[in-house]
Amino acid sequence: MRDSFVKSLIEIARIDSRVVVLTPDLGYSVLDDFQTKYPDRFINVGIAEANAVSIASGLALSGKIIYIYSIIPFITMRPFEQIRLDIAYMNTNVRLVGVGAGVTYGQAGPTHHAIEDIAIMRSLPNMTVFCPGDPWEVEQGILQSLDHKGPIYFRLGKRGEPRIARESLDFSFGKASKIRSGHHVSIITTSNTLDLAQLISQDLLLSNISVDLTNMHTIKPLDTGYLLTLIKRNIPIYIIEEHSIIGGLSSAIAEFVLELPSHPAIRRFALKDEYIKSVGSQNYIREQQGMTRKNIVGQILSDINKESASL
Amino acid sequence: MASLAKSSHVASALSIVDILTVLYFHYLRIRSTDPLWIKRDRFILSKGHASSALYATLALAGFFPKSYLEQYYCDNGILPGHVDFTSVPGLEASAGSLGHGLSIGIGMALASKMDKQDNRVVVLMGDGELNEGSVWEGILFAPHHRLDNLTVIIDYNKWQACGRTNEILNLEPLLNKFISFNWDVETIDGHCFQEITQALEKPRSKPRVIIANTTKGKGVSFMEDDLVWHYRSPNEEELNQAMKELL
Repeated sequence: MRDSFVKSLIEIARIDSRVVVLTPDLGYSVLDDFQTKYPDRFINVGIAEANAVSIASGLALSGKIIYIYSIIPFITMRPFEQIRLDIAYMNTNVRLVGVGAGVTYGQAGPTHHAIEDIAIMRSLPNMTVFCPGDPWEVEQGILQSLDHKGPIYFRLGKRGEPRIARESLDFSFGKASKIRSGHHVSIITTSNTLDLAQLISQDLLLSNISVDLTNMHTIKPLDTGYLLTLIKRNIPIYIIEEHSIIGGLSSAIAEFVLELPSHPAIRRFALKDEYIKSVGSQNYIREQQGMTRKNIVGQILSDINKESASL
Repeated sequence: MASLAKSSHVASALSIVDILTVLYFHYLRIRSTDPLWIKRDRFILSKGHASSALYATLALAGFFPKSYLEQYYCDNGILPGHVDFTSVPGLEASAGSLGHGLSIGIGMALASKMDKQDNRVVVLMGDGELNEGSVWEGILFAPHHRLDNLTVIIDYNKWQACGRTNEILNLEPLLNKFISFNWDVETIDGHCFQEITQALEKPRSKPRVIIANTTKGKGVSFMEDDLVWHYRSPNEEELNQAMKELL
């Protein structure tokens, strides 16, 4: 996802001279190509995130479109009040691009884990929260961000997330992306668990369970029209996200569902409300947290078996 | 305004009136009839709580009707206590939380350099505001990028929210701090039009800081240098007395 981001960034810089990239001294080797091509539109601000965000606001108020690149906790949490006032309140054209969704930086420890970012970013008025699930969505998001008015938070993975084959190539912010249609259960995912959800769907198909799979790449604004249609089908809904169980995609959906007269059974797979101190890779931590293909498939099959037994 | 609204920070506002007067009626290249003129200079009031002084100056400069000043800090009002840049024409950035204005101004100064334009950017900050850490990130940044189109004015009235600046968190030696951060520095009487003008206009090759020694509550004998007017607004009798002294 990170490589697609840089390639797309170079592409939009080529077509629009307003594009400027800032980094608070991260992205060693990642942003080199951009810096080489557009040295006058690249600023390493130094390790000073608050300053970087407010400078971005000032540049945007002068007509630029700013992409600030860093690791998620350092670009969303360290300068949160600058984001709140200088980006969200003033509704400036700043794109906060964070890399390392969820426990992408597993071994690095909790300082580098991004498990609360969606919760805080989606609480900000004016903020679009965009969590692409594969390189294609990154490319689409970066391209469309040129014409978007107001701030956007990009939540990127880092490892080589695969391109996911999908039913529809329609893309716009705020519109759910249908990956495949199915009729037994529905899975909604976001961000860097899209490929996991895709594998789970394939596994379930082997047990003759047909999965309707959606990537909710934009968590704010949430595609409530799409959700309503889905809910009306009255099949069980499973939500998978590599974010804290508090405040992420599943919370956003729960807030919407709360005001409906009824809804099908919903089960959530997310990270526990804790700082993850077990040392290990993203896959290792997913295992520790029960966020594996095997565990989730097992849970869904067990739910279906119970349901059939009770009929 | 302050009396009608029963708002606070009247003394903070009086502290910067002379500086704003020089800026808006002499120094800044702005057009009240074309507030978004692309070649305009930018002014940012970083100490957003002194908004009443800025609103009054902008109204006098013709950016909006003076009657708006009666719509300050009140129900169904036009002008909020802290600057919202969408409220009236002529405002460049919102403010109210301390320590944001300098970095926003740096962004504007950078944009002007990128576009090879000669817009000048002036940021007016409070002295207490220099306690904020992010301000020093900006102070480090501006000379590194040779932003000679940026001027920072420090309203050095030596008071902050809970007491004297040198008792809460001492800023001294302030001048030397800026010199060591590689700024062009000027120290002036912030109530002397001539000194303010000269400090703004002197040629420079670096970002400039003007340390303006000021008096909180300037011009009203019973408000001068008294922290209580950071919080109180004048009653009718006090207002009459103050207006007599100011006019």
